[in-house]
Amino acid sequence: MTYETVIGLEVHAQLLTRSKMYCACAADYAAAAPNTRVCPVCLGLPGALPVINKRAIEFVMMTALALNCTIPEHTKFDRKNYPYPDLMKGYQISQYDAPIGINGWLAIDVNGEEKRIGINRVHMEEDVAKLLHRTTPLGESSTLIDVNRSGVPLMEIVSEPDVRSAEEARQYLIKLRSILQYLGVSTGNMEEGSFRCDANVSIRPAGSEEYMTKVEVKNMNSFKSVYRALEYEAARQRKVASEGGRLVQETRGWLEDKGVTQSQRSKEHAHDYRYFPEPDLPPLVLSRTWVTKTEAGLPELPDSRRNRFMSEYGLPLYDARLLTNSKSLADYYEATIQMCMEKPDLRKAKTICNWLLGDFARLLNLEDIEVQESKVSPAQLDEFVGLIDKDVISGPASKKVFEEMFKTGKPPGEIAKEQGLTQIGDASAIEEVVRQVIASNAQAVIDFKAGKEQAAKFLVGQVMKATRGRANPQMVGEILQRELEGE
Amino acid sequence: MTISREEVRHLALLVRLGLSEDDVLRFSGQLSHILESFEILNEVDTSHVAPTANSIGIESVMREDEPKPCLAVEDVLANAPSRENTFFKVRPVLE
Repeated sequence: MTYETVIGLEVHAQLLTRSKMYCACAADYAAAAPNTRVCPVCLGLPGALPVINKRAIEFVMMTALALNCTIPEHTKFDRKNYPYPDLMKGYQISQYDAPIGINGWLAIDVNGEEKRIGINRVHMEEDVAKLLHRTTPLGESSTLIDVNRSGVPLMEIVSEPDVRSAEEARQYLIKLRSILQYLGVSTGNMEEGSFRCDANVSIRPAGSEEYMTKVEVKNMNSFKSVYRALEYEAARQRKVASEGGRLVQETRGWLEDKGVTQSQRSKEHAHDYRYFPEPDLPPLVLSRTWVTKTEAGLPELPDSRRNRFMSEYGLPLYDARLLTNSKSLADYYEATIQMCMEKPDLRKAKTICNWLLGDFARLLNLEDIEVQESKVSPAQLDEFVGLIDKDVISGPASKKVFEEMFKTGKPPGEIAKEQGLTQIGDASAIEEVVRQVIASNAQAVIDFKAGKEQAAKFLVGQVMKATRGRANPQMVGEILQRELEGE
Repeated sequence: MTISREEVRHLALLVRLGLSEDDVLRFSGQLSHILESFEILNEVDTSHVAPTANSIGIESVMREDEPKPCLAVEDVLANAPSRENTFFKVRPVLE
């Protein structure tokens, strides 16, 4: 039987507010010493009263609007009860049946076609304390608690089960993170835990509309592990089903080093959360004026920026999408473009794009830094592309100049001069080298005259080698042709 | 409406209370009695009243996103059963 995979995604994103969600403690927990960002509210002391952070609500509203959600006028908060030491109050203040945003969608690209993944809901909740489990050399185990993270605003975004493959899940997450970064509401950093993803995975006979037993997959800490975990889990379920086994509803954790998901046998009744309305927070009315104002203030989002890059700079869809998926990359691109384009120069716009997505991106990846952290400024990238444009440096030499510029942050013109990488565009200088190459490669010259294409390429290569890549390749070709025919 | 002893045991587990069999029996009776008292409220006709989770008549209380000073770390840890440096220290828990 052929099966199709059905995936729904739950994303938790920390919001970039200055203070916590229900109290005024600073939210910069990551840099703070343990338990120094704590007050009676986030410590869960009896009698302490929570108050809603207005900015956090605005951030969730912005996200919901960017995800094409409806914003109901009436929303409220609920207690989700469960006992675990990372939850100081014994409950989390979340939203159960009246979330801030409902019924939206997010568009991803599947084989060149736009596909909409439904957004079920966007709601507000709070992060929990950090636990450190440890065992001393004497074998004594204990758990250490740092409450700093407790109460940091957390936004939950739940998709409909519209995702059909691990690749679609990856596309969805990249797009969602990119939207949050454009809105400036979250760093979207998965490795640091400010953007977390759980997935509900099931399979069903292709063509069926029914949902089958679903498995919740957790512990995926990067886009890559989401992709691998979902590929694995979908294959595992197909295997169980094809061998006549029965799938059970359970939570499975992704084990990165083993490359498998493993059942996390949770205690009976563990999911009995006994939600009830939060008595300490009065209901929240999202006035239509507030919603309209928020919607009007939304910045340009990835999809419209991508379309603008295509129309304004003439970039192909593929390049425009890659550039605009990352807000920092797109910002850098436009900063460079603004240096050099008083009037549209589409050829230069494409050259800058090629370097950003090619060698530049490769070097950034190697160093694991963002483009803004590199030593190359937009002004330098502009100067560099200008040098290629004016034939001051050749294609082969440009790679060396770029790498040196990336390493040292020196102006590209200076590097080219210092290392003798400026292009030789002087015909007599090239002629001299060409004659030497012809003289010392007699066999290749014979082959060339016998009509072998390869021989011409070989001879050009020899000239480039002799000039350490500095000769203008076009001129080399022309002069070589002339010299050989003249013989 | 009655709350069975089984339900009391389930609730006790959820809130991590250790109850003796005598406790279970006693709370089963008490909780049933409380629910019965609430059922009297069901006799009131509320068909013309909008449902609400809150009866104090205020709404949309919010604060600006301005950080304020936190507790001193010694005050935070004042009631800690055990500590290590400035961490709370508790018995090992692993999910």
